[in-house]
Formats: sequence, structure tokens, C-alpha cells
Amino acid sequence: MSDGALIYVRHQDKEENYLQAGHTLASWLTTTDHKRIAILYAFAITFFFFIGGLAVGLIRLELMSPGGDFLTDDAYNRLFTLHGIVMVWFFLVPSIPTTLGNFLLPMMIGAKDVAFPRLNLMSWYIFIIGACFAILSIFAGGVDTGWTFYTPFSTMFSKGDVIAAAAGVFIVGFSSIASGVNFITTVHMLRAPGMTWFRLPLFVWAMYATSIVMVLATPVLAMSLLLIIAERWLGMPIFNPANGGDPLLFQHLFWFYSHPAVYIMVLPAMGVVSEIFACFARRRVFGYAMMVYAMMAIAVIGFFVWGHHMFVAGQSQYANLVFSFLSFIVAVPSAIKVFNWTATLYRGQITFEAPMLYALGFLGLFTVGGLTGLFLASVPIDVHVTDTYFVVAHFHYIMVGGSVSAFFAGLHYWWPKITGRLYSEAWARFAAIVMFLGFNTTFMPQFIMGYGGMPRRYHVYPPEFQVWHVMSSVGALVLFVAYTLPLIYLTWSLFYGRKAGDNPWAATGLEWQTASPPPTHNFTELPQVTAPPYRYHPEHQAPDAERRQPETVQGGEP
Amino acid sequence: MSETSPVLREPWPSVARQRMAVSFGMWVFIASEVLFFGGLFLAYAVYRLLDAEAFRIAARETDVFYGTTNTAILLTSSLTMAMAVHGAERGFRRMTIRCLEATIVLGLVFIVVKGLEYHDDLAKGLWPGPDFALHPAATQLFWAFYWIATGLHAVHLSIGIGIVSVITIRLARGTLPIQATAFEGVALYWHLVDTIWIILLPMLYLVGRA
Repeated sequence: MSDGALIYVRHQDKEENYLQAGHTLASWLTTTDHKRIAILYAFAITFFFFIGGLAVGLIRLELMSPGGDFLTDDAYNRLFTLHGIVMVWFFLVPSIPTTLGNFLLPMMIGAKDVAFPRLNLMSWYIFIIGACFAILSIFAGGVDTGWTFYTPFSTMFSKGDVIAAAAGVFIVGFSSIASGVNFITTVHMLRAPGMTWFRLPLFVWAMYATSIVMVLATPVLAMSLLLIIAERWLGMPIFNPANGGDPLLFQHLFWFYSHPAVYIMVLPAMGVVSEIFACFARRRVFGYAMMVYAMMAIAVIGFFVWGHHMFVAGQSQYANLVFSFLSFIVAVPSAIKVFNWTATLYRGQITFEAPMLYALGFLGLFTVGGLTGLFLASVPIDVHVTDTYFVVAHFHYIMVGGSVSAFFAGLHYWWPKITGRLYSEAWARFAAIVMFLGFNTTFMPQFIMGYGGMPRRYHVYPPEFQVWHVMSSVGALVLFVAYTLPLIYLTWSLFYGRKAGDNPWAATGLEWQTASPPPTHNFTELPQVTAPPYRYHPEHQAPDAERRQPETVQGGEP
Repeated sequence: MSETSPVLREPWPSVARQRMAVSFGMWVFIASEVLFFGGLFLAYAVYRLLDAEAFRIAARETDVFYGTTNTAILLTSSLTMAMAVHGAERGFRRMTIRCLEATIVLGLVFIVVKGLEYHDDLAKGLWPGPDFALHPAATQLFWAFYWIATGLHAVHLSIGIGIVSVITIRLARGTLPIQATAFEGVALYWHLVDTIWIILLPMLYLVGRA
């Protein structure tokens, strides 16, 4: 298996690949092929990524000067709300699961498709319908509540189009739940012969853990948004203090979803980089079983930390301490993962291809984001920096530095598999480095000004913060360039890129043992799995510097 | 093996596996639904703790006759649904169709009874707002939960009636074979809607009458 020649011969008389299965628009819009649905999702989330990016571009422009003289207060509020809503629900939450997850999960476990292909397509349409509501709310005048929809402002005072925005997020939640149900069932029921639970690649485990969080957390968000809609639209006084309602209850319900949602965003990223570190260090993943337990622990404990968003909201001190303690606990499995990735790299034969650069960027930025998360989990420090740019910087390190870097890492890593083409390696490396530098230029100053007291969500600010804001805005411009570059060179590669071959990185996963792009049913025959993942080198030996071929791949067609 | 069965779909290797997956997937979805209504029940519990007296006053105004009647109707519909699944498992096509039809009718009767009840509630001025009939103000909270919970339940039930109608029509027309794997999944959903009602009954109708 290790010499690729056999695999090459097998695909000489290959059936048509999934891209050739139909060329009309209708063939794409009615497809039930998980690979094509992944591409549909990719177009949708790319669109929203640039919408959300446009909003923050205007915000950063405004913050160049302390006077607030470019946008009105109202326009500024609407822009940061738009940025938050679009980036969280229409980009970050669906990003890796619906594109890479949809494309790769069935292939990695040796299945022809996900468990419920039609439900999979339906989830995309639900996403688009939810997106229409969100766009409607933008054009109908926007929303000024912030992405958190806090009551009683959102229910009693906001003049924005809260109902349409909340309905959009509510609807898009069902697409998450549908994907989650699909992925969980797929992993349980469609693993190929020999693919035992502890032979699953870590990306599959990550998608599994993510799906559990999606299925169990999203409905609570749906209910809290529904209660807001009921109050605004039907006059049900659920959160109205005049009727004995409690606005704080909304925060509890909201964060019961929205903290686990952070793990919806970062668990898939952890799965992606686990694949990439092993491949480009030619190393077995250090502590595979521990990596699995750590991800499941994050998924479970993540449900019990939501109160750390409410330390200054009027929660009891006792609750604060419990939530603080639990927030420290949830950091432990994340730390285990960081150490295991580092140990995976140790004595590896590392090469710095573009996916590896993005993944290493993830490792550093995620660590900074995670450690500053511990600052925020400590009640005394959190009281000091609540609602400052310190918080903004912290979660952008996790979500943008972590998740988005990993998304780009995965996109570059699996691009040859998805499209059959290789992109320009030089440009990709350049973009990865620019992204890392641009990111830090944007968000490191935000830690500093946040610690100095710069509050979030204000566009008029004391002039002493201007230097940090200008640095941050310049960084945002660099980031914009870094995000646009892949759009150009990846598109270029579709037409002029070299043919990739089935397994350009000599990786061990099942997805690499079939053609690029894969045939409609992923494999010509049902694959047999004969080995655990990541057998890049013989056990108890360091990887060989001369030899890039793995010791054995996970399996293949019999 | 049943590789050539007309009900086998991509990507399944066998009908048995496909059948298991339908139930499995539905159970996962049910877990999601439990959390959905769980959020509502939590909010209800919090407010009841905060103002038990207002909840007692408000809960007395629900119509226990309609509530009890509807409970009986819905429980019977779950029985006919369960019989339909058993019929399908044994290949009794006509019995399955009859049971599914009975389920649809009972579901519709539930909605009609609920409509009559809503009519009475509105006539009694129990829609929260400035003209609300009860005092103190927190009684409106209870009725907000009443309208939201029963409304959501009715939406779930209507979706259930729609799905059951589709499979019944397709079964009667012969476009859906009796061996199809859908029945148990649909039945699970139906029982879920039933179970939610069983929680709503004490929450809304019995709690003020203890």
C-alpha cells in the first residue's frame, strides 16, 4: 500500500468524479451528494464572511479617530451588531462543519455519503432561508442590540428590526441541528468494516463532539430567541420586569447556548490541525486516546461554564465562584491538546507547507486566546476588564486566530482532494504568514487598550487610545489582504493549477486513498480499514528523514 | 441480505441498518427537542419559584375540562400510532393505513378542541396586555407561558399531522412500500409530541388546583 503505484493503477479506469456528475445549476441545487452540498455551503459562508468583513472594515475605519466623526452612533451600533451576527451564525458556526466536515466525514470513515443525504441538502436550504431573514433585517434598517440580543433592550427599547434578525438566527439554528443529527448518525452507523471508534481520525472525533454540542445547545438558543420574538411581536411579557419578568433569565438561556457555541467553533479547528500536524511532521499523534477524551471533555464541560459571561450581571457571588472554577476546569483538556500537539511535533520531520503554516499559526494564537481566557475566568480580573477590548481581543484570538486559521489550514490541506488541483505553494505560504502578522497587528493592541480601560462597543473614545486603534485598523487592512489572497490564488488553481494526484501529502487517512476529486460514491468499492490513523512511522522509532511515505495507510479498497 | 429491496436508499448497505439509523437519528433529534422545551420549562420553573402566588391565581383560570379531554385524545392517538408501527412491521398494509388515518383524525380533533379552548381563553381576557383580566401583573407571565407552550405544541402536532398524512397517502397510493423504514421514525416523533403534552398538562392545568 505504501508505494502508491497500486492505487494509481486502480484509478486508471475511474468512474466520473463528483464534479462531473452534472454541470447544470439545477444539478447542484438538487444534489444529495455530501461533497456537492459542502461546496454549496462553501459559497454561502464565503459570501457571509465578506459581508461580516465589510461591516468590520467600516468599524475599523471609524475607530481610526477618537471623535466618532465618520459614522453616526446608530450606524455604528448597527454595524457591530451586523458583524457579530453574521460572523458567528453565518460564518464561524457553520464554517468547518458544513464545508470540510460535510465533504470529509463520510470519506474518512469509508462511507458513501452521510446518513441522511436529503436532510443534508435540506439543511442548506434552511441555512439560505435563515440567511434571507438576516439580510432582510439588514436592509430593513439593521439591528442595534449587539449579537447577544440582551433583554430588556432587545424586547422593549430597540428600534431595529430585531424580529427578522432573531428569526434568521432561529432558522439557521435548525440547519445546525440537522447537520448535527446527520453527523452523529453517520459516525455511529456508517463506519466502514474495521473502522473502530479508536481508529477514527481525530477530525471525525472533533466533528462528533461538535455535533453533540450543536444538537444539545442550539435548541436552547432557539427557545431564547423565540421568547424574544414572542415578547416583541405578541406582547408576551416574558422578560419584562414590570410584570415580574427577569431580564437576567435571558442571559442565562442565551449563554447556555452561546458558550458551548464557542466550542462548536473551536472543536472542528482542533480536529483539522490534528490531521495536519501529524501529516507534516510525519509523526503519529501523541496521546491519541487522550486527544479523544479531551475533545469529549470539552464538549461536556463546555455546557457548565456559561455563567462566566455574567460575573457583573448580578449573579450571586457563590454562582460566580462555581462558574469561575468550572471555567478553569474546561481549560484543562484544551491545555492537554496543546501539549499533545507540541509533543506530536517534537522530533518530527517537519516541513512548512502552507497548511502547516496556517496550523502552526492556530497553535500559537489559540494558546494566547486560551491563556487570556483564564484571566477572564478569574472573577477579580474579569470585573476589571468586563466589556473592554481585552474581552474582544480574547475571543478574536480563539475564533479568528484559532478557528479561522484552522479553517484556512484545512482548506489548503484538503484543497487538492476537493478540486484535484494544487494551488501556488509560494503564494499560499506568503498569505499564511501575512495572515498571522496581520492578525497579531490587529488584535494584540486590543489587549493593551482593553487592559487600559477602552470599553467595547463605543466609537467615541479618549484620545490616548488612538495609537492602539490606528495600529489595530492597519492590522485589519493587512488581514483583509491576507483573506483576499487565497480567494485569488485558489480560484486561479482551479483553472491553471497542477493536477494534484490522489495523495499529494502522502497522508494516511482513507480520504486520501481514493481519487482526487473523488468519485460520486467516494470509493469504487467499500473500503476495508486495516490500521489505526497516523501510522506515519514505525512504533517506538522517530520518523525517517529520508522517507516521506507513511509506514502504512489506514486502509483502502480491497 | 436485502440489497435489492425497493426501500433501500443510498448510502446504506442493508435495510436493517437503514431502519436502525432512522430510529437512531430520530432519537438524536428528540434529545434536541427536549433541550428546546427544556429552556421553556426552566423559565417557567424560575418564575413559579419567584412568584408562586401569582402562578396559583393564574393557573386556576385554565380550563381543565378541555385539558383532560385533549390528553385522552392525544394518548389514544399515540396508541393508534403504535399500532400502525406494529402493523407495518408485520406487513399488514390495510391495518396500518386505518391506524394512521385514526391518528390523523385524533390529531385534528385535538387541534379543534384546542381552538375551542383558545376561543374561551380569549373571551375571558387571558391574552397578556393592558386589558389582561387577572391581577397581580405576574399572572401575565403564567399566561405568556400558556400561550407559548401550547402554541409550540400545536405547531409540533401540526407538523406531525402533515408528515403522517404524507406517508398515509403514499402508502394508500402504493408509492410507499409497507416495508419502508420511515414508520418508526415518524412514530417516535408523534410520541414525543404526546410526551410534551403530558408535561404541559400538570404544568398548566393541574398546578393551580392542588
